[in-house]
Amino acid sequence: MTSARPLGGSLIDQFELGLDAPICLTWELTYACNLSCAHCLSSSGKRDPRELTTEQCEAVIDELQAMQVFYVNIGGGEPTIRPDFWHLLEYSVAHQVGVKFSTNGFRITPERAQWLSRTDYVDVQVSLDGATPEINDALRGPGTYAAALTALDNLASAGFTDAKVSVVVTRENAHQLDDFKRIADDHGATLRLTRLRPSGRGADVWDDLHPTAEQQRDLYRWLMDAGEGVLTGDSFFHLAALGDPLPGLNLCGAGRVVCLIDPIGDVYACPFAIHDRFLAGNILRDGGFAPVWRESRLFQELRSPQSGGACSSCSAYDSCRGGCMAAKFFTGLPLDGPDPECVKGNSETALAAPGRVIPAASQDHSRPSTTIERERPAHACDDSPLTPFIPLESLIATRA
Amino acid sequence: MSMTILDEPLSLSQSVSLRPEPFGALAYNFGNRRLTFLKRPELVSVVQGLDGSRSLAEVLADCGIPEHQWPVFAESLERLIDAEMIERPALAGARD
Repeated sequence: MTSARPLGGSLIDQFELGLDAPICLTWELTYACNLSCAHCLSSSGKRDPRELTTEQCEAVIDELQAMQVFYVNIGGGEPTIRPDFWHLLEYSVAHQVGVKFSTNGFRITPERAQWLSRTDYVDVQVSLDGATPEINDALRGPGTYAAALTALDNLASAGFTDAKVSVVVTRENAHQLDDFKRIADDHGATLRLTRLRPSGRGADVWDDLHPTAEQQRDLYRWLMDAGEGVLTGDSFFHLAALGDPLPGLNLCGAGRVVCLIDPIGDVYACPFAIHDRFLAGNILRDGGFAPVWRESRLFQELRSPQSGGACSSCSAYDSCRGGCMAAKFFTGLPLDGPDPECVKGNSETALAAPGRVIPAASQDHSRPSTTIERERPAHACDDSPLTPFIPLESLIATRA
Repeated sequence: MSMTILDEPLSLSQSVSLRPEPFGALAYNFGNRRLTFLKRPELVSVVQGLDGSRSLAEVLADCGIPEHQWPVFAESLERLIDAEMIERPALAGARD
């Protein structure tokens, strides 16, 4: 697949044509979760009986090593629920595949924190969606704020440096960004902000919880001031239409530089697109991950030139490139039109249209009890992985 | 003082892996988790040729890089040193 391909140009031009292996690979190890967050991207709760076995997971890691996938973002569900999770973490690191895993923190005991601080090439992301228990626990469930803070305390006490505090920005917590930053700083951790997606159970709460237009503008300014000291995983590239681009690569990496493996080995275009429409294949049925990544029809399609559609005539199209594919899909908007949170307001008419149909979920692992107090488990990778990213000029990488 | 980077025997940092890609290569430093994109196949050849014993000039010559382009390559290598992707062996030794 490396032939007949133009060299040079911007990195974005290159990335849109796809890579031999993903840069950012999210791997949901299990749909099982002790929580049931209202905005869970993967509608997690119950374990899927078809979950990959330990041996099958090891084979995936072997393949990632051969493809030189430098690190994997592990999530779920709550990945630490798998009894073999710590083994798989060690196995992965021993095979030159670094691990960044997302957790709600319940199982990050003082002993586990000590163990983690002795293990190289492991990053821990603790999910926290409110800087106060009231706001956090309303979304993630009772006791989850305390659990996350305890996990961060345990990590800091064990000398684990640079844990990540992973926050999904919502209408309810958007005014707490400074407080989140303080929590991270107090624990020697780094703040990581990501975008609320209308994926999974997120579809049920998105209308009420996605930041307002004013909050989006404030967030953009806050992120610009914070610079590279706050991570976003390129989550907010749709905000680039407000002015200068945020640090990182500003493009949709789905199927190009990013993808997701789910607990049963299904491969989806991105972490926010667990739906049949974006299912590229299955690692057990299709002979492994590499064939799916390299040959699936869906990924080939995503790597071919895309039309800007209704956005083509917009002055900001070169900045935001139409925004997030998954956000459009799960809000029932056309994929070649504006993002539902288009900062130019270009999606307002479409969102208000009476005929808009939200696609039905194609799978759901929620527990029956999750309709009242829903929350979301730790979620991995949110996006493209391109922070930390060093913009280098000339012969080396430039950012568009 | 007349010694320049061209005279130095550079090497790829031990914690860095290179992954070839159609546009060049990705370089990932497992230590500081930094990812860098090498945008030109010629630069990838040069970086792969660094062995800690030959000078950068020798490697550039071996890779067939025309001499008038050496300053551009030298500048890129300086940046890769700043990004801790490439090491000056003397410094690496001093750090251990």
